[in-house]
Amino acid sequence: MSPLLRVHNLHMSFQGREVVHGVSFEMQAGEKLALVGESGSGKTVTALSLLGLARGAWVRGEAMFNGQDLYKMAENDWRGIRGSEIAMVFQEPMTALNPLFTIGDQIAEVLELKKGLSRQAAWQRAIDLLNDTGIPEPERRVGSYPHQLSGGQRQRAMIAMALAGEPKLLLADEPTTALDVSLRGQILALLDSLQAKHNMAVLLITHDLNMVRRFAQRVVVMENGLVVEQGAVAQVLSQPQHAYTKRLVDSQPERNVFEPVSNAPVLLQATGLQVHYPVPRPGWRGWLGRGSFTALHGADFELRSGQTLGVIGESGSGKSSLALAALGLIPFQGEFQVEGQTWQGKPKADLPLRRALQVVFQDPFSSLSPRMTVEQVVGEGLQVHAPDLNPLARQIKVLETLADVGMNEEQFPGLLARYPHEFSGGQRQRIAIARALIVQPRVLVLDEPTSALDVSIQKQVLDLLQRLQRERGLSYLLITHDIEVIEAMAHHVMVLKDGHVVEAGTLDEVMNQPQSDYTRSLLAASFLAERPASA
Amino acid sequence: MATASLSPSALAWQRFRRNRLGFVSLVLFVILFLVSLAAELVSNDKPLVASFQGQLHVPVFKNPPETAFGGDFATPTDFLDPFIRQQFQQPGNWAIYPLNPYHHGTLNYFAKEPNPAPPSADNWLGTDDRGRDLLARLLYGFRVSVLFALALTITGTILGVVTGAIQGFFVGKIDLAMQRFIEIWGAMPELYLLIIFSAVFEPSVSLLLILLSLFGWMGLSDYVRAEFLRNRQLDYVRAARALGLSNWAIIWRHVLPNSMTPVVTFLPFRMSAAILALTSLDFLGLGVPPGTPSLGELLAQGKNNIDAWWISISTFAVLVVTLLLLTFMGDALRDALDPRKLKQEAES
Repeated sequence: MSPLLRVHNLHMSFQGREVVHGVSFEMQAGEKLALVGESGSGKTVTALSLLGLARGAWVRGEAMFNGQDLYKMAENDWRGIRGSEIAMVFQEPMTALNPLFTIGDQIAEVLELKKGLSRQAAWQRAIDLLNDTGIPEPERRVGSYPHQLSGGQRQRAMIAMALAGEPKLLLADEPTTALDVSLRGQILALLDSLQAKHNMAVLLITHDLNMVRRFAQRVVVMENGLVVEQGAVAQVLSQPQHAYTKRLVDSQPERNVFEPVSNAPVLLQATGLQVHYPVPRPGWRGWLGRGSFTALHGADFELRSGQTLGVIGESGSGKSSLALAALGLIPFQGEFQVEGQTWQGKPKADLPLRRALQVVFQDPFSSLSPRMTVEQVVGEGLQVHAPDLNPLARQIKVLETLADVGMNEEQFPGLLARYPHEFSGGQRQRIAIARALIVQPRVLVLDEPTSALDVSIQKQVLDLLQRLQRERGLSYLLITHDIEVIEAMAHHVMVLKDGHVVEAGTLDEVMNQPQSDYTRSLLAASFLAERPASA
Repeated sequence: MATASLSPSALAWQRFRRNRLGFVSLVLFVILFLVSLAAELVSNDKPLVASFQGQLHVPVFKNPPETAFGGDFATPTDFLDPFIRQQFQQPGNWAIYPLNPYHHGTLNYFAKEPNPAPPSADNWLGTDDRGRDLLARLLYGFRVSVLFALALTITGTILGVVTGAIQGFFVGKIDLAMQRFIEIWGAMPELYLLIIFSAVFEPSVSLLLILLSLFGWMGLSDYVRAEFLRNRQLDYVRAARALGLSNWAIIWRHVLPNSMTPVVTFLPFRMSAAILALTSLDFLGLGVPPGTPSLGELLAQGKNNIDAWWISISTFAVLVVTLLLLTFMGDALRDALDPRKLKQEAES
């Protein structure tokens, strides 16, 4: 049987810079293939080229689909392919759906154009499709606008739209990355069942090996625009041949932390910590005063010296508010003490606390000022907390701290004079950690420290954080949505949902005997159960 | 990367230089401006150096009385006087005249043609309706325009950045109050106030500068405010707060440098708007005091003496060239500071 799709020796370049260097792979009809790689590996542009959507790209190579070469098609011929032969599900459903039309309109439009249905028949079919994707009350939802749906429902609607033309090949570009953990499993299961029902081929583009294990039959691994390895999932992931695949498979974070000492001194103590945000009231009442939204309803926790408290929750759970409140960056109610002291709200009086409590943010691209050199970024804390230090001594301390996070002059000549844009995400995150470390804090607040990084870099950063904790006896307040990170790092765990603490306890208690349904669903959704025996 | 690290501003400068049109415009504009700054040495009715009976004079800086050159009166020497010219024809006496032997205010009492005189060997671009050399008027007028525009741009930018920064950084009540104030202030009839003030006070360049500055900062302040609002909630500002930096240090070192893109992009356009504003006001007679060389006043003369085509055409040409150079510079600067291009470069 000839393959459904055969991509042969695909080269793509943007403005003279080649990003895909000769990629070849095949897909059989009804096959589930995963395309795995980190950001910049060229996996998304490869998929876009199959729909002729890689704007401004210069494409060379061959993609035989149903006996015709996609790359030789004229713009008009693409319309016969898009939607009806090959369809795509995008990463972010909020931006992929038009906010001005109901989802019914958008699905029915595809049906009218591709299937020639009447308006009424198309609308009815849209309801069926939404029903298939498991959206409750499809008759009502079909008239909803994208903003009226939840993130998971939006992605379901996207999938319904992609399926409307009954394509033979579905391209799913990180379909779950923008969704909360508990929804990811559901969307993946949906794709799985729809794939079986329609017997279509699915090309899943992802960086998440757990998803590959669970979903795909075969896998293609890409690195820097090259296919480094391909084969059956079980074989590639259990016996990776290429060094890069090995690193990917091996990027499951490892736990290497000291076990907690029960009588260690308490550093952070919070009782009934609450965070409210003012929100405008609707209508005329908005003129008289502002309403208030409670992001965090009374959290109690304590963090002991040399330990890590993991705070886990989905978006909107109040975990970032908790981090900002702990740092004294937003007003809060309730008690919060750092070694017996609390935030005064006065810059001078708060200085010792600022020194004790430092922070590392999620996105290493927005957490470093683009117009400051590495020396200025890292040395800034010293200017505040050790103003008597002369410039030379300050420079030495900056270099020491950078060496501590694994960055030195040998690797990066002229390191101190460089600007953030010259570094990769992982390197920037190291610089951000160095900026926090240089004032010798007792506690680091880690706000999703690895979730913006590629998988293999995540492990390196977690290893670094663990080493720093062992060497310096640091305490971490770790905010994350990723159970794997919690498993690797935390001693105690607190689960947040909609601003409420639904569960708290030691790592072992929460992971192995979860008390609340929510925790159980979180654990189930993070694919831990699917992991091979090593876990 | 083996080359030295470049800051984002240095990268932007490199991109600006690569834009041929914009860079050539900048070079040309700077040359024109430098020449106009040295206008006294280029276009003047006094010789640069004069030697009379073995004695050396530098009339450009210190004009000796006519008696020094064999005249009868102790008044400053008029070097256009045929008698003085004759004196310098005598052997042993010599004088080096500037390229264009007229100052902007020079009245040639010994002109051969009635005023306004068309272009000739004596007056390369002709004279205006009072007999003053047009080339000299244009050169000095250009200098006044550019200096005025620079001053107006600087004051307007400083005011705009400061107010925008305060609003964008401190938000809340201060922001609300200042925004309402700007709305009220922006609703004032600017031209009306100018007419009233030019009637009440003696018109002068500095009065004009103050009045235009008072109203010229509002547009920019909105842009700076928006940039500050965006930048103040970025993680690097939060990190700086967590380090315990004072508000002042955060504004100065973190937010401000990253909010300057619209300010820098607008500079050439603000310059050209200021030149245009001064020209229009002068054209209407509300601008600089009489006697000051000004492009607007020349345009008005061109309108009043429609037959004297050399006045309107040459003034028009100077204005067009100046504004075009500034616009080309502005376009190049905008492209160089385009954040999308910055990102592309960082990735490559």
